[in-house]
Amino acid sequence: MPFIANTDAQRREMLATIGVGGVEDLFADIPPELRCKGLDIPPGLTEQEVRRQIAALGEHNSSGLVSFLGGGFYDHFIPAALGAIVSRSEFYTSYTPYQPEISQGTLQAIYEYQSAICRLTGMEAANASLYDGGTAVYEAIMMSLRITGRRKVIVDDSVSPIYRKMVRSYTNNLGIELLETESAEGLPDRDAIAAQIDDDTAAVIVQNPNFFGCIDDVTDLAELVHARGGLLIVSCYPISLGLLKTPGEMNADIVVGEGQSLGMSVSFGGPYLGFMSTRAKYLRKMPGRVAGRTVDSRGRDGFVLTLQAREQHIRREKATSNICTNEGLCALTSLVYLSLLGKRGLVELSEVCARKADYARSLLLKVPGVTMRFPGRWYFNEFVLNLPIAGDKVIRGLFNRGLAAGFPLGRYFPEMNNCLLVAITEKRTKEEIDFLAHSLEVIL
Amino acid sequence: MKLIFDKSTPGRRAVRTADSDSEVPVPIDRKFLRDEAAELPELSELDVVRHFTELSRKNYGVDTGFYPLGSCTMKYNPKVADLVSQYPGFAELHPLIPQLPGGEVMVQGALAVLRETDRLLSEICGMSAFTMQPLAGAHGELTGAMIIAAYHKHKGNEKTTILIPDSAHGTNPASAAIAGYDVKTVESNADGVIDTAALEDALDDSVAGMMLTCPNTLGLFNRHIKEISELVHTVDGLMYYDGANLNALLGQCRPGEISFDIVHLNLHKTFATPHGGGGPGAGPVGVVERLVDFLPTSVVRERADGSYYLDYDRPRSVGYVAPFYGNFAIVLRAYAYILMLGRQGLVRVSENAVLNANYIMARLKDRYDLPYDRLCMHECIFSASRQTALGVRALNIAKALIDRGFHPMTVYFPLTVPEAMMIEPTETESKETLDAFLDAMIEIADLAESNPASILACPTTTPVGQLDETLAARRPDVAALSRSEGTDDR
Repeated sequence: MPFIANTDAQRREMLATIGVGGVEDLFADIPPELRCKGLDIPPGLTEQEVRRQIAALGEHNSSGLVSFLGGGFYDHFIPAALGAIVSRSEFYTSYTPYQPEISQGTLQAIYEYQSAICRLTGMEAANASLYDGGTAVYEAIMMSLRITGRRKVIVDDSVSPIYRKMVRSYTNNLGIELLETESAEGLPDRDAIAAQIDDDTAAVIVQNPNFFGCIDDVTDLAELVHARGGLLIVSCYPISLGLLKTPGEMNADIVVGEGQSLGMSVSFGGPYLGFMSTRAKYLRKMPGRVAGRTVDSRGRDGFVLTLQAREQHIRREKATSNICTNEGLCALTSLVYLSLLGKRGLVELSEVCARKADYARSLLLKVPGVTMRFPGRWYFNEFVLNLPIAGDKVIRGLFNRGLAAGFPLGRYFPEMNNCLLVAITEKRTKEEIDFLAHSLEVIL
Repeated sequence: MKLIFDKSTPGRRAVRTADSDSEVPVPIDRKFLRDEAAELPELSELDVVRHFTELSRKNYGVDTGFYPLGSCTMKYNPKVADLVSQYPGFAELHPLIPQLPGGEVMVQGALAVLRETDRLLSEICGMSAFTMQPLAGAHGELTGAMIIAAYHKHKGNEKTTILIPDSAHGTNPASAAIAGYDVKTVESNADGVIDTAALEDALDDSVAGMMLTCPNTLGLFNRHIKEISELVHTVDGLMYYDGANLNALLGQCRPGEISFDIVHLNLHKTFATPHGGGGPGAGPVGVVERLVDFLPTSVVRERADGSYYLDYDRPRSVGYVAPFYGNFAIVLRAYAYILMLGRQGLVRVSENAVLNANYIMARLKDRYDLPYDRLCMHECIFSASRQTALGVRALNIAKALIDRGFHPMTVYFPLTVPEAMMIEPTETESKETLDAFLDAMIEIADLAESNPASILACPTTTPVGQLDETLAARRPDVAALSRSEGTDDR
């Protein structure tokens, strides 16, 4: 039988030790009328069969498309060393590090991950991970409510529409006033936000670069919301922080984001990595696990899970969050990725993304009828084009040429039916970008 | 051991990015750029590999040795499940593709995996449909609590309270609370299961539902489970099944048949995903027919021609709980695993999990106190109270196991047992492994009597000894900061 070691002879010995006649007797507590009468599931397959079957399903997917899709989830190059390290079973098959003496590997890695996230975002404290960028926005909102004791949050509509939908699901029974402001020309509208901030405002949430790819300096927004005693939450794209001003430099209070781009494949939606960092003064209000450095009885440095009094296994219904299992191995992945890139490598990578996107933009704008949706804005690696026809039609036309040309925005922004969100990573070659521009010209 | 940041040598490089030789200036206004590059380490590829290999050697995993961590189901997960989860046809599939016009046809293989896994899990649990969206067990609990809220809202019920037994995992009350419910605790009786009388007392019209683990966290199956479900149903409360302990029931008993309405599963416990040092996992949620409309958006459906599509038009749904379709690569592992086990293999899992746990209980019950002396399911609970009287606590026994090459059992949980030691051997372990563990436990019991100091000194074989957790919490040092983020205040 697959994955079971004991032989029939051993089972008989064990039953004798227990003092029962058969395995059936061990289930005597389940009343007979509640016993399962048999599952309607096919007989088991061998490894060879299951690999063949799943490989065949994989071939039903068109993963061979040349993709210019982003929208918060990016196809970056993954070095071979990363898989080799992360698949070490001492990391991979361990549990949450509750026994620190035999978990120093995981614990030090979490501490280093927290340090890397702080250095990347310009903040002072980070947790061991959250599920994804969307739940991280939600957790940041809940954290801002705890810190301020207020009930109102303002989310700009240039924050990912997917994250905004998630936040709405989570908060709609909680008596929280969740306001959405309309962005203006691709950036959060300062006047619209200022008009909404009041003494019950816990936080303003923005994204940088935002869902439209536009870059912002939100220092003024931090000032606006701080003046009324609220917090600024910034969701960000970690690769862009190779170049861009950090949320910390812009005086954000809580920084979150989707860490998938740090060495994880897109994998049809997960597993991904939610990261969160904050100011040291808010550390105890932060959700999730946190690793800390301490010493052992002989004065040697070591690491433990700390501040556990905030967590569900101690505080139960009064915990800062219900999170238990998080994205440990994904956090390790991102740390290894950032270590392999290193200080210069991350800068270099983000420069290549920005340059290639600029090249793509200049080429695509030469296609007759194509313009920038938000002229005059600055971009990192993603931007919105106005097309002369509906984005949907363009996408269908370019599918036939093996291209996923971008994301048509009409699905989430009805007034942007003719708009296409195009993302460029270092994996896209000059030839592929040229082919995209050429193909677009052909079908328009 | 040095931090990776302290191993940095200026100018050293590992990975380089293609096409990085351009002299073109970065096309972004300077005012948007950071002042200084993030202080990431500067290392060679070998430096990085050595650093993490050294770290990994300070860890202990299921592949290292026996890991009887109660309630966590640390079984061996077959490598083929990891392999198929990385097939490029899935790993390189962008989740936005099916949201593109004409894109659904390009993800039929992935949608088939989601739909088929839904079918298999529904059959195993006696549910009508599963969502794969929840990203972990506790996330499944939250999703379940949101479904409970959506159901009562739809029916116009004014409900404020969720009942939870005193032996429950901490995530249950935490999940109910953040979904907006008050939590009322229900006491266990002398048999370690929910006290039916206490339940009757707690039950009134404000009760939205009850969250239960079955078998419970003491490894006990409540014979009166169906009566309990029916009682909660009398006030239109919903019964929530926490699937943390499903490993005991696979093919033996289906939550749907004992009148549960909502189920969450921990794919990383029961269905072939290694724990990864704390995730990623997945927490699919299944429901009975009358709750299907409330499941998160989207759901995978099948057309008459056999093709699959994603349904977003679901007005009663709780909405989005994940950005897309869940932790897909974890779901794919579970799918492969269930296909390999088949109907018979699933039954063998629970049989052997329960056999192994009872074998441990039988061999240790003369040496350690057994608070509930009856047959157990997949895990057994001892109390170290006899040893505590000699000065040796559950925590000391745990550390003594470390020195003997084993991962400790869960200690101090559930909260209803003093000096609790919760042992879950799982079905994948052999009798030889169990015997070696039992010998160590018996030796520790002997030493607790003859030489307690030798147990109190443990662990002695680890890279660090017992760590100062009080210092860690009082003066938290949670990140090594570079100059620009401030100074380390320790």
